[in-house]
Amino acid sequence: MSRVGWIRLAVLAIAIGLLELCCRVGLIDQRVVIPPSEMAVALGRLLISGEANEQIVRTFGIVIVAALISVVAGFALGAVIHALPRLRQSLDPFFATYYAVPIFIFYPVMIVIFGLSAIPIVLMGVATAIVAMIIATLNGLDRVPQVLAKVARVHRMGTIPTALRLKLPAAAPHLFTGVKLAVSYAFIGVIASEFILAPAGLGRVISDAYTDFNNRQMYALMLLLIIVATVVNMFLHVVDQRWAERRGIAKP
Amino acid sequence: MIATRRAADTTIILIVLLLVWQALHQLVGATALPGPVPTLAYLAKFVPSERFAENAWATLVCFFYALLLSYGIGLAIGVWMGIHRLSGAVGEPILLSLYTLPKVTLYPVVLLIFGLSLSGRVTFGAMHGVLPVALLTMSAIRNIPPVYLKSARTLHLSGWQMILTVLFPATLPEIVAGLRIGLTLTLLGVLLAEMFAAKQGLGSLIINAMQLMQAEEMLSVAVVLFAFAALANALLLWIEQRLHRRA
Repeated sequence: MSRVGWIRLAVLAIAIGLLELCCRVGLIDQRVVIPPSEMAVALGRLLISGEANEQIVRTFGIVIVAALISVVAGFALGAVIHALPRLRQSLDPFFATYYAVPIFIFYPVMIVIFGLSAIPIVLMGVATAIVAMIIATLNGLDRVPQVLAKVARVHRMGTIPTALRLKLPAAAPHLFTGVKLAVSYAFIGVIASEFILAPAGLGRVISDAYTDFNNRQMYALMLLLIIVATVVNMFLHVVDQRWAERRGIAKP
Repeated sequence: MIATRRAADTTIILIVLLLVWQALHQLVGATALPGPVPTLAYLAKFVPSERFAENAWATLVCFFYALLLSYGIGLAIGVWMGIHRLSGAVGEPILLSLYTLPKVTLYPVVLLIFGLSLSGRVTFGAMHGVLPVALLTMSAIRNIPPVYLKSARTLHLSGWQMILTVLFPATLPEIVAGLRIGLTLTLLGVLLAEMFAAKQGLGSLIINAMQLMQAEEMLSVAVVLFAFAALANALLLWIEQRLHRRA
């Protein structure tokens, strides 16, 4: 590991150590924050006992479904919009404001329409993720070099072979950036919806644990969510960077 | 010419959105989703009322404080990490992973620390806004072309002259982009906080309306917030584009 990496690790370790110390010494009330070591122990117990397994599977399942729908539908919509420049031009201001609007204000509307079930949660996940995928697809298709289209014409390739064998691989690094964003946005969308109102799921269990003053359970599940989100995001980030480097588009 | 076309495009989108809304209304029925016409009629009555004014004011105050914190802390972290290379290299991945974290998981902790108070909601809003402001400020400072700094040194500019005449103008467009995203996310944070647990504010108004099955009121508040966010974003985007063109 590089020097910077070691320093980063040290900074994180010191931060966690300080939190632990403050909790143990009593600077931070244990009714407010429990020491990190106890969070880890509580999480271990929870996972071994299997009490929360059903909720864990449910929430991560919904995240996966929402991310998959967003990636597939986002790519398809992006490809269609890219083929129609006039439509794309009119949609530009819509894309520019989409993430400016707190779309969670529409979650209650979804609940009223679809009832309190998994459907509104999946829809909120898709709603937060899909536009990022569409924008990434548009970007990716924009960056396909003109020369590739000419090569395809020289070889008399049809529309579909051109799309699959030239455009898709050429746009792939950008598409992967879209996948990365779609996954992390779907995560945020699903968890936030579960927090506000949901019949079940990790968000619901955490908010219930908060209302019941069940700090151990609350912090254990919070730790689980943070670990999973960080690991998944870091993995996608690393793959994204590798891919970008291989294709020669250096990303900051 | 371009401006009128853009205005036309925006109008088309608004009309399509209204049509989709009307179609959904026909599909699911008036109790679940009132159409645009009754909702806008309700909105015209509801917005001047006392109850709306009280809650909107509560949200606005909370949003204002949260925004101040987001901008202040975000700019401070961004400037520090942009100038001090080592801190930037160490801190950037940490900030990036915090940025992608679903911060709503941490709201109960904020509530345990601050209780059901204004400061809790402000803190939660600021938690959302600080990170994009810091990250974009940092990258703005790092991306200053070295030739700017060299020519500033050739001209023997003093520290303050350098900041005011070189660093500030060179980084402004990107910093404004950060402020725009920060504004958006701070608003999201404040509204999420109000939706999860609060007795005042537009977020809690929406949740109450949902529980009382008052779909018109719920949609009216959503429309107001939608318009507010879209307008604020458009204004900052406009400033940002003007700064880019000048640069």
